[in-house]
Amino acid sequence: MRNVTLILDDGTRFHGKSFGYEKAVAGEVVFNTAMTGYPESLTDPSYAGQLMVLTYPLIGNYGVPAFSFESNGLATFMESEKIHAEAIIVSDYSTEFSHWNAKESLAEWLKREQVPGITGIDTRELTKMLREHGVMMGKIIFDDEPENIPTAQYSGVNYIAKVSCKEVIRYNEGAGKKVVLVDCGVKQNIIRCLLKRNVEVIRVPWNYDFTDLEYDGLFLANGPGDPDTAVEAVENIRKAMAKNANLPIFGICMGNQLLAKAGGAKIYKLKYGHRSHNQPVRQVGTNRCFITSQNHGYAVDNDSLGSDWEPLFVNMNDGSNEGIRHKTNPWFSAQFHPEAASGPVDTEFLFDDFVQLL
Amino acid sequence: MKDENIKKVLILGSGALKIGEAGEFDYSGSQALKALREEGVETVLINPNIATVQTSEGVADRIYFLPVTPFFVEKVIQKEQPQGILLAFGGQTALNCGVQLYEQKILEKYNVKVLGTPVQAIIDTEDRELFVKKLDEIDVKTIKSHACENTESARAAAKELGYPVIIRAAYALGGLGSGFCDNEEELDKIAEKAFSFSPQVLVEKSLKGWKEIEYEVVRDKYDNCITVCNMENFDPLGIHTGESIVIAPSQTLTNSEYHKLHALSIKIIRHIGIIGECNVQYAFDPESEDYRVIEVNARLSRSSALASKATGYPLAFVAAKLGMGYGLFELKNSVTKTTSAFFEPTLDYVVCKIPRWDLGKFRGVDRELGSSMKSVGEVMAIGRTFEESIQKGLRMIGQGLHGFVGNKELQIEDIDNALKAPTDKRVLIIEKALTLGYTIDQIHSLTKIDKWFLQKLQNIRNTYIELQKKGALNNVDVELMRRAKVEGFTDFQIARAIGLEARIDSEAAIGMVRKYRKELGVLPVVKQIDTLAAEYPAQTNYLYLTYSGVANDINYENDKKSIIVLGSGAYRIGSSVEFDWCGVQALNTIRKEGFRSIMINYNPETVSTDYDMCDRLYFDELTFERVMDIYELECPYGVIVSTGGQIPNNLAMRLDAEQVPILGTSAKSIDNAEDRDKFSEMLDRIDVDQPKWSALTSMEDIHEFIDKVGFPVLVRPSYVLSGAAMNVCSNEEELERFLRLAANVSKKHPVVVSKFHEHNKEIEMDAVARDGEIIAYAISEHIEFAGVHSGDATIQFPPQKLYVETVRQIKKVSRQIAKELHISGPFNIQFLAEKNHLRVIECNLRASRSFPFVSKVLKINLIEIATRIMLGLPVEKPAKNLFDLDYVGIKASQFSFNRLQKADPVLGVDMSSTGEVGCLGDDTASALLCAMLSVGHRIPKKNILLSTGTGKQKAEMLDAARQLINNGYSLYATGGTSRYLADNGIENTLVYWPSEAPQQPQALDLLHNHEIDLVVNVPKDLTVSELSNGYKIRRAAIDLNIPLITNSRLASAFIDAFCSKSLDDIAIKAWEVY
Repeated sequence: MRNVTLILDDGTRFHGKSFGYEKAVAGEVVFNTAMTGYPESLTDPSYAGQLMVLTYPLIGNYGVPAFSFESNGLATFMESEKIHAEAIIVSDYSTEFSHWNAKESLAEWLKREQVPGITGIDTRELTKMLREHGVMMGKIIFDDEPENIPTAQYSGVNYIAKVSCKEVIRYNEGAGKKVVLVDCGVKQNIIRCLLKRNVEVIRVPWNYDFTDLEYDGLFLANGPGDPDTAVEAVENIRKAMAKNANLPIFGICMGNQLLAKAGGAKIYKLKYGHRSHNQPVRQVGTNRCFITSQNHGYAVDNDSLGSDWEPLFVNMNDGSNEGIRHKTNPWFSAQFHPEAASGPVDTEFLFDDFVQLL
Repeated sequence: MKDENIKKVLILGSGALKIGEAGEFDYSGSQALKALREEGVETVLINPNIATVQTSEGVADRIYFLPVTPFFVEKVIQKEQPQGILLAFGGQTALNCGVQLYEQKILEKYNVKVLGTPVQAIIDTEDRELFVKKLDEIDVKTIKSHACENTESARAAAKELGYPVIIRAAYALGGLGSGFCDNEEELDKIAEKAFSFSPQVLVEKSLKGWKEIEYEVVRDKYDNCITVCNMENFDPLGIHTGESIVIAPSQTLTNSEYHKLHALSIKIIRHIGIIGECNVQYAFDPESEDYRVIEVNARLSRSSALASKATGYPLAFVAAKLGMGYGLFELKNSVTKTTSAFFEPTLDYVVCKIPRWDLGKFRGVDRELGSSMKSVGEVMAIGRTFEESIQKGLRMIGQGLHGFVGNKELQIEDIDNALKAPTDKRVLIIEKALTLGYTIDQIHSLTKIDKWFLQKLQNIRNTYIELQKKGALNNVDVELMRRAKVEGFTDFQIARAIGLEARIDSEAAIGMVRKYRKELGVLPVVKQIDTLAAEYPAQTNYLYLTYSGVANDINYENDKKSIIVLGSGAYRIGSSVEFDWCGVQALNTIRKEGFRSIMINYNPETVSTDYDMCDRLYFDELTFERVMDIYELECPYGVIVSTGGQIPNNLAMRLDAEQVPILGTSAKSIDNAEDRDKFSEMLDRIDVDQPKWSALTSMEDIHEFIDKVGFPVLVRPSYVLSGAAMNVCSNEEELERFLRLAANVSKKHPVVVSKFHEHNKEIEMDAVARDGEIIAYAISEHIEFAGVHSGDATIQFPPQKLYVETVRQIKKVSRQIAKELHISGPFNIQFLAEKNHLRVIECNLRASRSFPFVSKVLKINLIEIATRIMLGLPVEKPAKNLFDLDYVGIKASQFSFNRLQKADPVLGVDMSSTGEVGCLGDDTASALLCAMLSVGHRIPKKNILLSTGTGKQKAEMLDAARQLINNGYSLYATGGTSRYLADNGIENTLVYWPSEAPQQPQALDLLHNHEIDLVVNVPKDLTVSELSNGYKIRRAAIDLNIPLITNSRLASAFIDAFCSKSLDDIAIKAWEVY
């Protein structure tokens, strides 16, 4: 395995070994504290442009399942059609794997998809740095190619446009109620969760004007990057809201932020984001609490919510917004991931709530 | 919100430590008490286990050293009038007692509210049939099980399910009375045993080879649920989880599998209606996502203690708060202190629990691991690679292993079979198989251990081979050195691999590796356990060391204001909760005196490894290497080695050689007491007698020595082949047999033979000295004569039957020894008294097993005094002494023979008890009765079977036999005993030994028909027929759950106690009232 160095923007260096595709790479360095789910996370479009640091040290244990697709075009086990993270950074890559459902090792998969993976990094120390300093840009260089220094930019880049579908895709045609899904980088388990509830899903590109379509509900999907770059999506949502105050709308993650923006609220960047399977949220005004899966670097500013809106969920650790709802109209959203994959499935009932509104 | 009506709460402890129910409940109970006291609730604790931390001053408001049975609990309720009761913190003992109190409507009668999980929910999880029905209601799969009330229906059920099947006894802890059956013959045997523990047995289809996964789940009264930790067993289903290596978090589950079981756990806890904590065990198909729920424990458990330590999430503490009515969202994360307790910990390390067995202590025991628990303790190792974690753990269990590799070669004849039928040597056999070239696939197919684990073990071996090829230290480059350390190799393993240790003295070799390694810059780093994988800043003091990292998580003060206390390691026979108590007392004193207290220990069952107990907790190894690593980081004021039993004691010399400041008695003095020759020389010098002994290397020498001193002799081989490590031999034949079977006598392996003095009293001196002057002391007396290990003996304090002259001499000799060894700190001397002639058996310059007992009876904390002395602080001699006490304390031993299949439940010079209790009384008889009831004895109803050994022992028992007759008991006796009793005019029924079959009545038949309520079987000697006849009776008594006593002195004392006192004579008096 070739020696590599991770260099952070503040100059800190971590030395490790390459186990994935051998390519120098740069991106925003973010940490994820989940203990399982590397295939799901790597294929989560929300990680586009990022170098994903895993704090759980032992990675690769159960290999990688087949990257197969169902007849409806969705991947059997993955969250999109490819790896979106720029690289994966771990402490102790397991060269051998063992699982009945595994088809290949993580290393083989990374090489196939030309994504770097590095191991031997003290990911706890790295995480502490990101925590103290906030997320940073970083680059992975190969020690024997010191001249090959990649560059990248994260802020201001419209990653949504990069990962969104390019044309309208329909699932479960004629199944029943129709849901327009604005694809900002949707995780396929969101689509699965909707399909499981017997609705037709009309997946449209992030900037597609869907307002003239015939549909019963609007779903705003998750996605990578800065929500301020998704101006067209916000405009379309506003248009839909103006057209029909009774149109059920449900948003997840980026969808929460876009709905908030459509409602007039502001978004800010968190110091180091929430990326884990153990984020506690409380439903505002109740004693109901949930453990949620999260992956976001931006958050809705609770104080900027318009008078027609209220927070629906709040993060129990840092008090940040975890969802909003309109006081009168059937519009609500969650900052976390009720569809899980990866992570706990405790809040999947939100899909039921949404489908019931249709 | 908190229920404000609850002002006083009763909490039930778990009693003596036994296999399946050990120190974890001291930890759980202590946490619960802390949680309640924080709320201003008055706490009352019932627990006869006097050595625990929870039964110490300041932990509970009132403590009763009484048996945890409905009879006594009711009396305490009557007296204390609590509003609430906690049932979930004292293991199965407390839970069963709670269910009985509920069913007998005692709780209702006194209007006591069960806090936390309702009793009906407990019953729904304990009764298999109800349990299955309950989970059926929510379509959760359980193991298909047939409840049977007799053997015939068990056979029919097994036929329907198809063999192999597993049999379990309902309402039994730790798989007691359960086992796998491959055919009807095996079923008959196991069913009978199971029925002796429970009126109901369960026959289930065996799922051998499936993964075993556990989740710890918490729910509050608002229906909020979290899973705190999941764990995966290294061993597949079929080996009790208490017998298995357990890894946290799970390693081989995908996200989908992990969260499938996560969601199921929450569904289950909601449906059952737990409020507090429970544990859900799953069988998980290794070839699909199919699963079965094995069981749900609606209480704190061994697994929950492990999960608390593995994650830093204090489950018992939180469960107690939830019982008081709080919601999870109202509580804070105890580690970060800022985030919510409603969250699921995430780990950035891997934890490995390894059981500690002591099967070598038991004659005849079945070593095969199965569905019933046999281990006596456990360790938890933390690392950032699996390899590091498991190698640490294998060293921690304290059985001479250096890790996975680099151990003494194991002689195994049939590897395939050894892999298939696992024993306590399982991991070593895997190593052996790898060495012999077995492939991962082969080992997997024989063991069903997931290949991922085996591959990781293979990595360790590969690195060892790579090191071996280097042949010399300076051929090992920094990369290989780092890899070895990351994989958990010690400097010793590296020295051995490169052949250094074979060439030079091993300590010198270790020193060379250490020096070279440091020059290469390969050093460990300190990491925190913070529950959130560094996501939030945490002020946590819960630490471990790893080589898989580049920076320490904490900054060191270097102000010489910290004191390191070395803990006692894994609980094992001879060293358990009593040393945890000592360690905790030392920590408390250090803190109180303004120093920072630092603990190094790795036992998840302890209170000393609760990060609240000290200023810094290193959950790490107690090896010389690791202690030095921590010492070099901490630069403490000093190190205390005398409160953690033998492990720290053994490190004293080596630490001293490195100029580590050992507080208290000097390392040289410790060595002078430990070294047999030096100690004898000293005793000769001060004219103190000891039993004649000699270390001998040939049979001729042994015979020559015995010709001089005469039989009986105590024989202690230094190299044991099988069975017990020492034995008393009373004649030539026994000596020959023991040495031939058990030991290897050679120049390299000398045998220590000492004169064994029969019918001597055995006396313990526990004391604390300063600069060689005794400051405080406690003299206690064994009820049994010498020959029963001091850890198994029943001890009375203050002594009741010692001559004043003997006491005077004991004090004199102890003073001389303390002066001679210049003791500063705790120490213990064991004496033999032959009339008034004293002999010293041994002297330990550290706290002994009986320190908590005598401290609590005397109400003088000897460890606090000792610690103050070691810190150089002034102490005063206590004003009162043992002659001022108006009451008696009795310490009785708890045996776990019922879990140790086939083991001979006879007591001898090697210790075999797993725990103890200590009870107080206004007189010896009531204290003894209380203590005996606390370790599971019952006052017999009617029939008693006697076989009372040699003539002398028979005579000793004569008065007791007469007392039994006078109290209306019926006596049954075997041949010799029957004749002796008849000759002395005591009516009895003659019964026949198994070897005398088919003559009737047969002793074994009486036992099997449950016609006997107490068996007194005193073995005469070690002759073959005695061993087989007596063994069968003793073993049957254990297997059929009939109380058994094997010592005539104890039997007499117990008989006297229950004949002269009744249950109602046992005073319901709290500790402080004495």
